[in-house]
Amino acid sequence: MYRFVLRRLVFALLVLWLVSVAVFVLFFVAPHDPARMIAGRLATPETVALVRHRLGLDQPVLEQYLHFLGGLLHGDLGYSYYNSEPVTTLIAERIPVTLSLTLGAAIIWLLLGVAAGVIAARRPGTVLDRGITALVLAGLSTPPFLLGLLFLYVLFFRLHLAGVDWFPGGGYTPLTQDPLGWAQHLILPWLTLAVVSAATYARLTRTSLLEVLGEDYVRTARAKGVTERRVVYRHGLRAALTPVVTQLGIDVGTLLGGAIVTESVFGLPGLGQLAVQSVTTQDLPVIIGIVLLAALFIVLANIVVDAGYALLDPRVRLA
Amino acid sequence: MSLTELKPLPVEEAAPVAGRGPLALAWRRLRRDPAAVASATVIAVLVAVALAAPLIAALTGHGPADQYRDTGLTPDGLPVPPSGRFWLGTDNLGRDVLVRVVYGTRISLLVGVAATVLAVAAGLVAGLVSGYFGGAVDTALARFMDVVLSFPFLLFAIALVSIAGPSLSVSVAVIAFFSWAAVGRIVRGQTLSIREREYIEAARSLGASDLRIMAVDVLPNLIAPVIVYGTLLIPVAIVFEATLSFLGLGVLPPTPSWGNMLADSLQYYQVAWWFALFPGLALLVTTLAFNLLGDAVRDALAPGSGRG
Repeated sequence: MYRFVLRRLVFALLVLWLVSVAVFVLFFVAPHDPARMIAGRLATPETVALVRHRLGLDQPVLEQYLHFLGGLLHGDLGYSYYNSEPVTTLIAERIPVTLSLTLGAAIIWLLLGVAAGVIAARRPGTVLDRGITALVLAGLSTPPFLLGLLFLYVLFFRLHLAGVDWFPGGGYTPLTQDPLGWAQHLILPWLTLAVVSAATYARLTRTSLLEVLGEDYVRTARAKGVTERRVVYRHGLRAALTPVVTQLGIDVGTLLGGAIVTESVFGLPGLGQLAVQSVTTQDLPVIIGIVLLAALFIVLANIVVDAGYALLDPRVRLA
Repeated sequence: MSLTELKPLPVEEAAPVAGRGPLALAWRRLRRDPAAVASATVIAVLVAVALAAPLIAALTGHGPADQYRDTGLTPDGLPVPPSGRFWLGTDNLGRDVLVRVVYGTRISLLVGVAATVLAVAAGLVAGLVSGYFGGAVDTALARFMDVVLSFPFLLFAIALVSIAGPSLSVSVAVIAFFSWAAVGRIVRGQTLSIREREYIEAARSLGASDLRIMAVDVLPNLIAPVIVYGTLLIPVAIVFEATLSFLGLGVLPPTPSWGNMLADSLQYYQVAWWFALFPGLALLVTTLAFNLLGDAVRDALAPGSGRG
């Protein structure tokens, strides 16, 4: 167990390091000059040089990277080129939004997806199964921004015209300020993310459960008289959830780094929105910070998932 | 060749049947699957529309980037609804939505197919080399694939695009770069098991070179999973492109893409439903058709695997 965690942590650090190098290299290979952009179009060469010096951009690339790495080891990600705020502060402000969005949506899509998958797998080939399969295909084919737009039109705009204002059309209220407003602002983004993702989970659950239900130990369980309910949920689903958990790790890890599309459709001030903004303003320290954080989330999620296998499936031993 | 299902097979018809390879059999199954035929028809229509885009533009008399500020906008400067002049209405700049949706088909199909071909080619080579040679080569390549797969891809794609500057070829490269590793992993897994078969050993003992064994003995066995995965990768790539364009990081305006049309429509969906509906519908129909076809291809190549 310890060796497993240690090995995964080493790999995690390797990934993070590679990500940081990749972003850094890309940025310096690119033909543009942030100092010039920040100083403005009318700036004199002296001003540009001054800005460049202030940002440390006049030093050799390797030195800049080492300086950055040194700061990183102290939990310091540097300062935004634009509003001179510490990157860690900027990111910390956005995390609650993305966290609320992702975790809420994940709960909904797990419930929807796994339930649909179990229903379909228990009665393969029936009308119900075919219906679920068709819905899954529709869900897999729908880009989240399209569904978000549809929700905005029907559930916000049309209802608003009808005098019903249940769902706000965008924005965010912190949980600590107004829990009801928080949930109200997040319900459409949650549904958008969840409905699209649930399709993947329904498909995974169905395929995996069908496979598991065909295994010898399930037959044994049935033969010794275990009720069908218990066979499906205790013996079958538990083992069948392994690929579902893998996918969950990937999805939650990725989304925590910024549910970029959903945030931009609903105007949620999360990490994804910050990423898109920083990209348009070429704010390197912020971009690096978010990308690193996202990679960290993905790597951590993977470790949690691998440890979770052992809890779910008694046959799995960590090595 | 007609085999009736009711009568038992006559003996004399058995001979030609025996000559069919697995791909020919899969093709037959595919042609008999109504979902496959329907989705393939839709895709054929989409390709025809993409090819005939200038023709359709000429028919309406509107170019994809032409702004009709007098006829294409209301006196308040808002998009006009579908009419005899603009069949699918206009957008916020008074451009013809129909013509733009039609031109957007070109971008989506081009990016979807080009990125998929690149990703599949790279994944095939990497997976084959990794799985066949094993050892240090395998460790290095497999680890590299793991690293690529653990990158926050959309975020990284955004960072990449911001640096290289958005364009069509950058979109294709970015999408391919974040898709090949998944193909590589599948190919590697398959190659690992094929490598141990006896006929590979036989080929080697006959003196066949590694390159020959990979090309002649291993590669044909990889075609089925690669075709299935490739077909299912196309809609993913199309959505990826639309997402990049939606975020303003894909195809540059004024070139129309479904993604950037939808991004523009986000501000106007309350007054101009047609502006969002038609590019959205086009995107949905396209991804649905490719997903349906991919499922059907999988069923045809591996009967009994079941839909899921």
